[in-house]
Amino acid sequence: MDQTINLWPLLGIAAVIAGFLLRGNPLLVVCCAGIVTGAAAGLAPQDILAKVGEGFLKTRGLSAALLLALLVVGLAERHGLRERAYRWIQGIGDATAGGLLIVYLLARQLSAALGLSSQGGQAQVVRPILAPMAEGAWEKLHGKLEAAQRMRLRAMCAATDNVGLFFGENLFVAFSAVILMHAFLRESGHPLDPLYLALWGVPTAMFAFLIHAGRLAWQEYRRNGGARAKGGD
Amino acid sequence: MLRLPLLYSLVGGILLLVAGMTLKDAGNPRRLGSAAFWGLFGLLFLIGDLIPPALAGAMVLAMVLLAGLGRLAPGRHERLSAERLEQSLARLGNRIFLPSLLLPVATVLLSVAVQRLSIADAPLLDAKNITLMAMGIACLASTALACRLTGETPLQAVRETRRLLDSVGWAFLLPQVLALLGLLFADAGVGKAIAHLAAQYLPLDTRWLAVLTYVLGMALFTVLMGNAFAAFPVMTAGIGLPFLVGTHHGDPAVMAAIGMFSGYCGTLMTPMAANFNLVPAALLELPDRNAVIKAQLPTALALLAVNAVLLNWLMFR
Repeated sequence: MDQTINLWPLLGIAAVIAGFLLRGNPLLVVCCAGIVTGAAAGLAPQDILAKVGEGFLKTRGLSAALLLALLVVGLAERHGLRERAYRWIQGIGDATAGGLLIVYLLARQLSAALGLSSQGGQAQVVRPILAPMAEGAWEKLHGKLEAAQRMRLRAMCAATDNVGLFFGENLFVAFSAVILMHAFLRESGHPLDPLYLALWGVPTAMFAFLIHAGRLAWQEYRRNGGARAKGGD
Repeated sequence: MLRLPLLYSLVGGILLLVAGMTLKDAGNPRRLGSAAFWGLFGLLFLIGDLIPPALAGAMVLAMVLLAGLGRLAPGRHERLSAERLEQSLARLGNRIFLPSLLLPVATVLLSVAVQRLSIADAPLLDAKNITLMAMGIACLASTALACRLTGETPLQAVRETRRLLDSVGWAFLLPQVLALLGLLFADAGVGKAIAHLAAQYLPLDTRWLAVLTYVLGMALFTVLMGNAFAAFPVMTAGIGLPFLVGTHHGDPAVMAAIGMFSGYCGTLMTPMAANFNLVPAALLELPDRNAVIKAQLPTALALLAVNAVLLNWLMFR
């Protein structure tokens, strides 16, 4: 195969690691790493700039999707979306934060596996609905959240959305990851049915649910048990 | 036919409005820097395709410098008074959820239905970007519904967008800059160099070592690149196909499926996957920007171990 492998671009990875160890601003770190990589690959400054410009324009869709969703969420938030979510869950007698998140995890994973990966999301659901609901359920059972607990609970809401999305969407045959794997293997001389590729994701997806739901249930249990133990001392 | 540039012009227009509002906001301690940041962003959406790529690149670098050198700050935002908020809550009830529900439902329906719709043989929506276009239209419909329900103007929706953008700040730009780094890494052959080193210096003739290298390599490479899609071709061409399938005769379908999921474990662990890990931390107003990663770390590590065992077992049934 290609005998002349250029090892210099690895400097770009070194720049990423160094930047994060030094706790630099991620935007600056990533941009510097890009420039280092481009220079190590022998690109002229003008060409690096052009590559940056082209790449940025090509990926505008990422930002466009997020920005347009903010229009809806922002307006609904102004008129009490989060407060409503908070109060609504408090009206449900036996709802717990852990239980709510486990149900959400399952729903997110199943809907993503059916190709409905836009049915959720950090800006659209987690911030305005899921997090206030989790906080509402928690405070109803255990009283006011302390600042650190609130932050951990919110982070867990975001984490649950990610885990559900990631380990659901690959089970959908037409999802881009499955298409990518299929195309790559076919070009490498292993033509396989995409359905077969999606099916072999099922064991990991099941373990993802068991592990994350287990953690959520354990935290809920410990919170209950912990509250009682604290009352004792 | 509705095309992507139209959607981009709309986004650009919104961003320029945000920039204008920021410029007029005396409550923002860094209003010039912040306005310049959102203004450049808007211009890139509006006229990015018309200017030379090097100029667009220079604009991107200017944005990165503004953000990286701390020239961005959140502005002041008028919230509804407690009294009016209670009125809205009482009047709207659970109908306040409707716009948020309409958004995903309309996106899915549109992307399914529109594939079959066409006017005078021209497809109604840009075929290559159906999901994005469908989402754009669904967002506009949901915004219209939200305006109707709340009795607000579209301009108020832009003001609220500025409030949310201010709370996300520079992290909003990060996913795109990371995608950019991925492109540069791919062009420069970073992945090839890594796979080359691994194949040269690790004893991959031992089966479980090859399995471990593939699984951990996928995760580690994804941590560095922020994207499992970038890691997959590299690790699979460099380690997976020659060693797992070639030397050890494993099933390539199992390798690919579990390999990609191992990459996803890496996605859960890295600030480089900004839109999943850093943007939510900003959206949820968490002071620790790595809080979401910390919440995910135990799940990711346990799942990575499970993947190594599953791969070693299922691939060589």
